[in-house]
Amino acid sequence: MDPKEFIARRVAKELKDGDVVNLGIGLPTMVANYIPDDIEITLQSENGFVGLGPAPEKGKEDKYIANAGGQPVTIKTGGAFFDSAASFGIIRGGHVDVTVLGSLQVAQNGDLANWMVPGKMVPGMGGAMDLVVGAKKVIIAMTHTARGEKKILKKCTLPLTAKGQVNMIVTEMGVMEVTPEGLLLKELAPDVTVDDVIAATEADLIIADHLK
Amino acid sequence: MEKESCRKMLKMTGSNSGGRMKDKVIPLGSIGDFVKDGMTVMVGGFMGVGNPHKIIDELIRLNIRNLTIICNDTAFVDIGLGKLIVNKQAKKIIASHIGTNKETGNQMTSGETEVVLIPQGTLAEQIRAGGNGLGGVLTPVGLGTVVEEGKRKIEVNGKEYLLELPMRADVALLYGEIVDRKGNIQYYASAQNFSTVMATAADCVIVEAGKLVETGGIDPNHVDTPHIFVDHIIDGGV
Repeated sequence: MDPKEFIARRVAKELKDGDVVNLGIGLPTMVANYIPDDIEITLQSENGFVGLGPAPEKGKEDKYIANAGGQPVTIKTGGAFFDSAASFGIIRGGHVDVTVLGSLQVAQNGDLANWMVPGKMVPGMGGAMDLVVGAKKVIIAMTHTARGEKKILKKCTLPLTAKGQVNMIVTEMGVMEVTPEGLLLKELAPDVTVDDVIAATEADLIIADHLK
Repeated sequence: MEKESCRKMLKMTGSNSGGRMKDKVIPLGSIGDFVKDGMTVMVGGFMGVGNPHKIIDELIRLNIRNLTIICNDTAFVDIGLGKLIVNKQAKKIIASHIGTNKETGNQMTSGETEVVLIPQGTLAEQIRAGGNGLGGVLTPVGLGTVVEEGKRKIEVNGKEYLLELPMRADVALLYGEIVDRKGNIQYYASAQNFSTVMATAADCVIVEAGKLVETGGIDPNHVDTPHIFVDHIIDGGV
């Protein structure tokens, strides 16, 4: 399976019936494709609505219904539009249960860096800082390494998006949880060993007793 | 610019202000009377959705320069506000995201344009504070990051917050799907985004109407921005 699809499928299992969820652009958006049919999730879009639906059929786009990346989407029956102040009131106010974002780096204490690479790429933080501070649960969905470079570190070297806000990291190698004791490796992907994960991770890992 | 002078200019433009109710509708061609070189301008929209496209195109035609632009993002090189950035009309951009317009990044890197990046929710609240008589807002967003540099930290009930100051502009340029002649605005779908807060936070508020209707044409229950915030209307439907 494509690593991104594997990650998206695994993240989808973390969502619970009734959750309000914000999915970042890119890999996190794919999570919506794998939400189990027997639970109801409300997707929040930070540009101002709840009830985000899938991309419309070609020719049926409404140019005023777009996701936070500016791409055409739909709104589900029962959805609602609002302004940016309300949207971020929802986000900062703890009304989003889960946010799923990609990241450039994550540290073992839950720090994350995903908004700039000094001198190279400065897209801006957009809503990411608000989302990770405000959402009840922050899941980072990303590939374990980038072109051989480790991304799960003892300490982030890039400018931070927020301190200590990450709860869970899902990669193509497994699932890790940020705990008060440190970064706990809870699950391994098929055909991946603990040693594989340790070799691809700079952070200190605590290996769960009941590793799945 | 004082609110009063924004209205005085209305007279200078020769608007047909007969009767007691002033007609707020101005021709697109008069936008240069209100948006001038060096001004601070808020522009509603999110990745181009909700940008006042006709007003922006006119500002590009007039080549009004050295603007400080307050916006969520600089859209795309060929869409909405993005085109004005490509035309190098901004000396400073205050936004949450510029990553979809490579020209903004180029101008920032070369030093041609100053770019200040602000978390999106903070940007909305700073504008809201500016328009709502507040001395600032306290937010935990940005703590422990470069965003906190130079800002006051205030502890409330044992929790730390950053003090973010109010933000205002000379002019706000908005898009409303339906606007009545009195200036009431009804937005549509995800096009409202920053427009509701920006409508409160500028000395002169100009809305581009997707559809201009007679006063009373919008049910008062469905007015998103009340007419008292709006100084001028440009009929974008013509």
